[in-house]
Amino acid sequence: MMERRSLPFSIFLYANAIVLGIFIVAPLLWLVIMSISDTNDLTTVPLRWLPQTLDLHRYGELTSTVANSVGAAFLQAMRNSLLVAGMATIAALAVAIPAAWSVSRADGKLDVSLYGIIATYMLPPVALVVPIYFALSALGALNSVFSLAIVYLSILAPFTTWLLKSNFDHVPVEIEKAAMIDGARLDQILRRVTLPLAAPALTTAGLFAFLLAWDEFFYALLFTAKDSKTLPVFIADLAGGRVADYGLIATAGVLASLPPVLIGFFLQKSLVSGLTAGGVKG
Amino acid sequence: MMTGRWMTLRSWLLLAPLLAVMTFIIGWPLAKTIGVSFTDAKLLGGAVNWVGVDNFSRVLTSAAFYSVVWTTIKFVLVSVSAEFVIGLAAALLLDQQFVGRNLLRALMILPWALPTVVNATMWRLIYNPDFGAFNAMLTQLGLIDAYRSWLGEPSSALYAICLADVWKNFPLVTLIALAALQSVPRELRAAAVMDGAGPWSRFRAVVLPFLIGPLTVAIVLRIIEAFKVFDIIWVMTRGGPANSTKTVSMLVYEQAFAFQKAGLGGSVALVMVLVSSLLIAGYVGLLRRQGEFR
Repeated sequence: MMERRSLPFSIFLYANAIVLGIFIVAPLLWLVIMSISDTNDLTTVPLRWLPQTLDLHRYGELTSTVANSVGAAFLQAMRNSLLVAGMATIAALAVAIPAAWSVSRADGKLDVSLYGIIATYMLPPVALVVPIYFALSALGALNSVFSLAIVYLSILAPFTTWLLKSNFDHVPVEIEKAAMIDGARLDQILRRVTLPLAAPALTTAGLFAFLLAWDEFFYALLFTAKDSKTLPVFIADLAGGRVADYGLIATAGVLASLPPVLIGFFLQKSLVSGLTAGGVKG
Repeated sequence: MMTGRWMTLRSWLLLAPLLAVMTFIIGWPLAKTIGVSFTDAKLLGGAVNWVGVDNFSRVLTSAAFYSVVWTTIKFVLVSVSAEFVIGLAAALLLDQQFVGRNLLRALMILPWALPTVVNATMWRLIYNPDFGAFNAMLTQLGLIDAYRSWLGEPSSALYAICLADVWKNFPLVTLIALAALQSVPRELRAAAVMDGAGPWSRFRAVVLPFLIGPLTVAIVLRIIEAFKVFDIIWVMTRGGPANSTKTVSMLVYEQAFAFQKAGLGGSVALVMVLVSSLLIAGYVGLLRRQGEFR
């Protein structure tokens, strides 16, 4: 049922919608335009908003595999990001699935431990970074994608546990009990009954975890160098360095954003539960 | 059938891997940071001496520390209140029926999904003092006479960063508020209309009760995150110009890593943990009270 709207109110509504749309899209559109504009077009005053010529060479430059080129470094960073985020996500799910199931089936008795874990992982990373740096340095494990993935586990595991727990709550206990009476072991129940029923939730949790790891900058900045740099560190270096071509920085930004934006659209429906669980990046 | 004791043991066994991860990667470093902050430890080793509360008294009596705290508070207040206002307004808008509503709602995902560092880089390019789009737009609209260095002047740098942060994070408030708005039963709204309630009293009596809980969660979450801010500032200004954008996290980074004073950096981090803990306790309390709202 809808109230009939007056004409002025309709105009007000559409005007606001247009302003909001422009506010969201304009910066992104400009990032894309910068990536496909000739450098001359980007450095004229007054600025020409639309490029005179379409210049796609930077996309080729960043995906070039010639040794020591900026493209090779970019691809290496992309590979590192994929590796770190992938490994950390798989490890996080492996830890989170049993934990989430356990808390969910304890009828609220273990909820306190979960809230405790959530609270711990929201602590500022600056409070942990120095000892972790000492430890990695002593073990000779700095500058390694594996070490970084392990550190990320501390962010991803609590978050995925939290997300999965509320989803396991919706898997009826009766089905599990029936399987138990039929003589199934716990691991069989989880693998054959609960996890298939919670499959969409597992995908959601995994993708959220991947996004968190893809976005992380602070630990990556301090624990990686040269060959182990992830994309955010690579882009920050590029932006902070003496690169004269703004378009190249923009292109790296566009390419680094494609995976999370695609995942974001895919996650649309489950976004709110993830956001509340702390799936946000400062 | 399973006995109660076995059930409890099993529960804890299944939780054990997570607890181990948290102990090793969060619990232990936190304890260690507490220890380090009472010493003069350097980042790259060397002799370590116990200095008692010296680090803390140095931090808490230094004017530089309070100026960094004030910068952080300004960042949190400006960013989060703008995110609240714009985010709520956008949610109220998207709760209405209009052509293009679904497209606009989908677009809200974009700023949220954009990596933080890419967002910071994008705005840095937009604010470029010589060729940036922000200067070009304002000049061509006739709002300013000459190009300015938005990130290069202490008076504007922090607010320029706030705008970049707001753009990225207001969709979070919008999406959470919108989900809450759409959980208001249609019959309730219809009944209020039939009772002849005006728009404001309908909002206050019917919609607000559904909105207030989720919205509080979103805001407290944003405050916790904004208080820790590091990435966007590191990329856009590295704390400058003239320390005008240096936040508490930046200060810890600077002391512990740039100046290699691990002990001093640790003590600043601990002060930050104390404040964060209060906020986090509030957040967890809110979550518990609401159960799992989704």
